[in-house]
Amino acid sequence: MASSKSSTDEFIKGLWNENPVFVQVLGMCPVLAVSNTAMNALAMGLATAFVLIMSNIVVSSLRSFIPKQVRIATYILIIATFVTVVDYVIQAVSLDLYKALGAFISLIVVNCLILGRAEAFASKNTVVRSTLDGLGMGIGFAFALFCLGAVREILGNGSLFGAPLFHDSFQKWVVMILPSGGFFTLAGWLLLFNWLKQRKAKREAATTLGLRKEVA
Amino acid sequence: MSHSELASAPAPPSIWHMYRAMVGVGVFCGLLIVSVFQVTLPRIERNKAEALQKAIFHVLPNASTSTTYYFDEEVGFKLLEGDDVGEPLVYAGYDDAQQLVGLAIEAQGMGYQDVIALIYGYSFAEEAIIGIQVLESKETPGLGDKIETDPDFLANFESLDVSVRGDGSALANPVVPVKNGEKTKPWEVDGITGATISSVAIANLLDRSAQYWVPRIRRKLSDFQGQE
Amino acid sequence: MVDDSLWTIFINASLVNNFVLAYFLGICPFLGVSSKLETASRMGAAVTFVMLVSSVCAFGIQALLVAIDAPYLKLIAFIAVIASTVQLVEMFIKKVSPALFRSLGIFLPLITTNCAILGLALFQTNKGYSFVQCIVYALGAGAGFTLALVLMAGLREKLELADVPDVTKGTAMALMIAGLLSVTFMGFGGLGG
Repeated sequence: MASSKSSTDEFIKGLWNENPVFVQVLGMCPVLAVSNTAMNALAMGLATAFVLIMSNIVVSSLRSFIPKQVRIATYILIIATFVTVVDYVIQAVSLDLYKALGAFISLIVVNCLILGRAEAFASKNTVVRSTLDGLGMGIGFAFALFCLGAVREILGNGSLFGAPLFHDSFQKWVVMILPSGGFFTLAGWLLLFNWLKQRKAKREAATTLGLRKEVA
Repeated sequence: MSHSELASAPAPPSIWHMYRAMVGVGVFCGLLIVSVFQVTLPRIERNKAEALQKAIFHVLPNASTSTTYYFDEEVGFKLLEGDDVGEPLVYAGYDDAQQLVGLAIEAQGMGYQDVIALIYGYSFAEEAIIGIQVLESKETPGLGDKIETDPDFLANFESLDVSVRGDGSALANPVVPVKNGEKTKPWEVDGITGATISSVAIANLLDRSAQYWVPRIRRKLSDFQGQE
Repeated sequence: MVDDSLWTIFINASLVNNFVLAYFLGICPFLGVSSKLETASRMGAAVTFVMLVSSVCAFGIQALLVAIDAPYLKLIAFIAVIASTVQLVEMFIKKVSPALFRSLGIFLPLITTNCAILGLALFQTNKGYSFVQCIVYALGAGAGFTLALVLMAGLREKLELADVPDVTKGTAMALMIAGLLSVTFMGFGGLGG
């Protein structure tokens, strides 16, 4: 599926139009589980982005080398390798962060987003395009995770990145930090997204109608 | 199948191609993982040791150095040296004059949501638990996690009596949880209102751990004196 | 070595720390396969079976890796085992019940990327469960997953006929229901001692 998009387009699409979380609704598990504070969400997002970019690069460079029959197995092997790498790097950098993210770092390997991009894009495009695709999707993913984490931390803990935002009398909305809060927050963001999309579609439909009337 | 279909079908890859791909990728991945593992290992071990030391000195406030002992039912407490491995472990704390201050012992038990792991400091002189630090807890944020921060709750553990009975076989008085504000005896743990189950869990796991360790420690006191 | 009673482990895995509603594992099939009650219950059964097999294999692999001192191979080994198990289950279902195979469709091979199964293997390794504890844990997790899926499917089937704002249709509504279910399950906290 060779694309006629420019390089910038490859990068930008992952940020908004084809945002992995808000539009494609892929890779949900870590999105909900690790987004209870902004810091955790960002770290998880960046870790996933790293694995996505690296695996896209490797899959793309080896795309003529890997026969179709064994491709899924090889992709999973490559992805698992980079996840293992990220796992050890995080442990070495910050034990506290590692404890906060826990088993979910290892769970990056089953994030449908990464396998999906490897299969749908990296296996069919050049290394440069694949890197851009990985970069865009990865940053889009991290951004979405951050949105979730920030809202949950602000409402549930009255802080952002650990720094308190409100006066002591702020009643923390604890449910936001709990799993249910994750579901509600994501639902909220998706509602917003859907509403924006609907508005845009209505406006476009109205403009087309208006144009037709003029032509007619 | 028609002749044209046969002609246009791509030739299936040979077994060799498939093996080459899987093995080649496998080798590359293996090398990458092993090198990253080796490079990060010293750093990770250092991080873990630092975290443990910090916890030990937090629960044994007068200690400045520590050594590790492992316990064997027959032999007693033995100093862990070099590359020895042994289980279970206790950590001895010494003050600046190389005098034994107390032991730091790890314990875990079921809390409200999931397992709580903590480390507590046992003082020989006071025959009491003189501090705790929660190492791992998944208690409800804002409610159960008060066990880590509530100053009144933590004050329970500044001198929690765990002295042994006359015959040294068990604690004279088991560590018991009581409702908030009802603490009268030094072996009771005042609970936190709104985090009852989590505070009860802490009291119970400390009781279980102390019931196991304290009699054994007092019996084998001579294993610990000074530094070997 | 954890001295949790087997009953505690089962209740914990299925209700208190439900894999879907508390740990957020297995969301993709949860949102994808939960529109019809029948498919949901069968998916739950398939996942429980894969969990059981993977749990046993993970226990063995962990013992092996400890013996040869290669902890860094854990992830790759686990995912390989899970992928193979799913492949076997797929072939089995195809032979035994082609109708079920067709109704599960793409979601059967997707069990491989079901974080719940890998999560199960990783959690039980971290907790250091014994062999019997692992089996009970897998059964509990599978039961909990099936329960969550079936509840969701039942609710969504009813919702098909309800009058909801356009903006909320689809995933957003499903997520809100999931959130409410999650809050409900919090009521199980403290159960099972």
